[in-house]
Amino acid sequence: MIRLQNIHKSYITGTNKLHVLKGIDLHIKEGELVSIMGSSGSGKSTLLNILGLLDNHDEGVYILNNQEIKSMSETKAAKLRNNLLGFVFQSFNLISFKNAMENVALPLYYQKVARKKRNKMALDYLDKMGLKDWAEHMPNELSGGQKQRVAIARSMITQPKIILADEPTGALDSKTSIEVMDLLKEINQSGITVIIVTHENDIAHMTDRIINLKDGRIESIIENNKINSKETIRVPQE
Amino acid sequence: MFDLDKWQEITTALKKNKLRTILTGLGVMFGILILVTLLGIGRGFQNNIQSSLGNFATNSTVFWVERTTKPYKGLPRNRFYQFTNEDLVAIKQSVPELKNIAPEINGWSGNATNNTFRKDKKGNFRIKGTSPEMNMVNPVDITAGRFINENDLRENRKVITIGPRVKELMFDKDEDPIGQYLKVNGIYLKIVGTIKPLSQNMGNRDDIIQLPYTTLQRMYNRGDKFYSFLATAKVGESVEELQNSIFDILARRHSIHPDDKQAIGNFNIAKLFNKIFGLFNSIGFLFWVIGFGVLLTGIIGVSNIMHVVVKERTKELGIKRAIGASPREVVGQIINESVFLTTFAGFWGLVLGVLIVEGIGKMTEGSPNPQILNPYVDINVAFIALGVLVFFGVLAGLLPAQRAIRIKPVDALRYE
Repeated sequence: MIRLQNIHKSYITGTNKLHVLKGIDLHIKEGELVSIMGSSGSGKSTLLNILGLLDNHDEGVYILNNQEIKSMSETKAAKLRNNLLGFVFQSFNLISFKNAMENVALPLYYQKVARKKRNKMALDYLDKMGLKDWAEHMPNELSGGQKQRVAIARSMITQPKIILADEPTGALDSKTSIEVMDLLKEINQSGITVIIVTHENDIAHMTDRIINLKDGRIESIIENNKINSKETIRVPQE
Repeated sequence: MFDLDKWQEITTALKKNKLRTILTGLGVMFGILILVTLLGIGRGFQNNIQSSLGNFATNSTVFWVERTTKPYKGLPRNRFYQFTNEDLVAIKQSVPELKNIAPEINGWSGNATNNTFRKDKKGNFRIKGTSPEMNMVNPVDITAGRFINENDLRENRKVITIGPRVKELMFDKDEDPIGQYLKVNGIYLKIVGTIKPLSQNMGNRDDIIQLPYTTLQRMYNRGDKFYSFLATAKVGESVEELQNSIFDILARRHSIHPDDKQAIGNFNIAKLFNKIFGLFNSIGFLFWVIGFGVLLTGIIGVSNIMHVVVKERTKELGIKRAIGASPREVVGQIINESVFLTTFAGFWGLVLGVLIVEGIGKMTEGSPNPQILNPYVDINVAFIALGVLVFFGVLAGLLPAQRAIRIKPVDALRYE
């Protein structure tokens, strides 16, 4: 599903050149649940942004869904993001003046889906998240967990192949975090590739594979399959 | 065409900061209001001057007799002469660029004593000699009956046309003046028509009695002589050349030295008219410039605000792009807002401007000496203004929109 070869990325700030990614080689298969870990400044968010076509890489080969991503027009990138990818952000990134249902339906608007149809679909997805009663509520009337579930519903509505989650639990308490993670795992079990960026060990350990980044390089990849059974998950104490 | 979502986007975005939207809109509204009002008033000025010229032929010239200043052919200087009816025939025959020629002869107006009588009614009116050609040069409206014709002129008929003031004073309301007689300076004259001057300023007034100039010459024992005449050039012919040709003929016929230009008084009315029209065209142009300038200020205000709006909404636009909004859609949304704001505000400016111009028209309608006459907003001007608004609305939105998509989605998302 995703293949990265020798990906480099640097940022130029004034006269300084900041080399953030220094040659990433990575292969993520379809249906995997992967986490990217690392301390701040390790390049994990940059990597996710490149994976999510929100940013472009300087060097190397990125193949997404059998398609090489190379100096793509924003229009094409937007279309790919819309069809192939779903985003979940740490700060939820809901649109504040749209209610939950409209927020969930928004990606379909860009696919030119008729208003009635997309609102109905949005309601179905909200129902799956247990938020049907909150459909008419504005984001500022929802709790953090609810907001994130709305965001997940929004990322799911286009039936993407990949969900990219940037610190999805970063702004949530541990109980809600677990709920959100369960949700992501459930989504993964339906066959969707899920990539989570996190700096929390507990969260990372709920995924199949942990990619540890350090200073722009992959330090280690931990196959989590064996230990990733219910018993080994440390449930944080409240 | 009607996309509910698009409209919702526009209205929510504009409603978010109502005061700011209203103030920005006011800028555009006043711009178009001032533009429309200025143009309407400019039109009113022009109408006023045009109406006060009363359709007077613009390519015309006037001649009058003066004393000679040079001795010529044994004749002394400071000699007095008069134009004759034969002069007219001669000029007509030998000046091809001439269109109309008409002598100006006034009767004795009685010096504030009454000169016109009928039954128990009397009045003091202006008595003017006229001709069909005069009515081409300095026309009047014929409201009933007929105008003086060539036969009247040839046969020195005692017929007259009268202005509205004459009719009002000399006849009862229900009386038909046509076919009736007025005693003018002791002579009975038959009314063949009633007329209405197009302007009070060009020699014809409401208290006018017009008769064939030949009849007038007889009535006052002027023979075939007169002191002044008007001439017009054919379309496309130069009035200066006409003046020169007429001067040459008159000089020859009256034994005036060919260089004695002062002997024959002459004024090029066309030149004066061109100056007046030029002045009003300049004023009109100035009004356009001012109005457009004010409008531009308003539109720059919109562009400014759109810049702020886009900056404020960087994150929202970033989210939309992350979930699949193409650059075109982002740009389209911003331009929609900008066009909607300018057009909506501009429309109300237009409506208000039209109302103000109408109001000025109503206010000046009754006044006897209006500076502004029938101001109105040209429908073309209205359409041009709206077109300009849409165009500049797009432009005002385009620059900020370009900025919005130039920044990478990842940076837009991170923007706080």
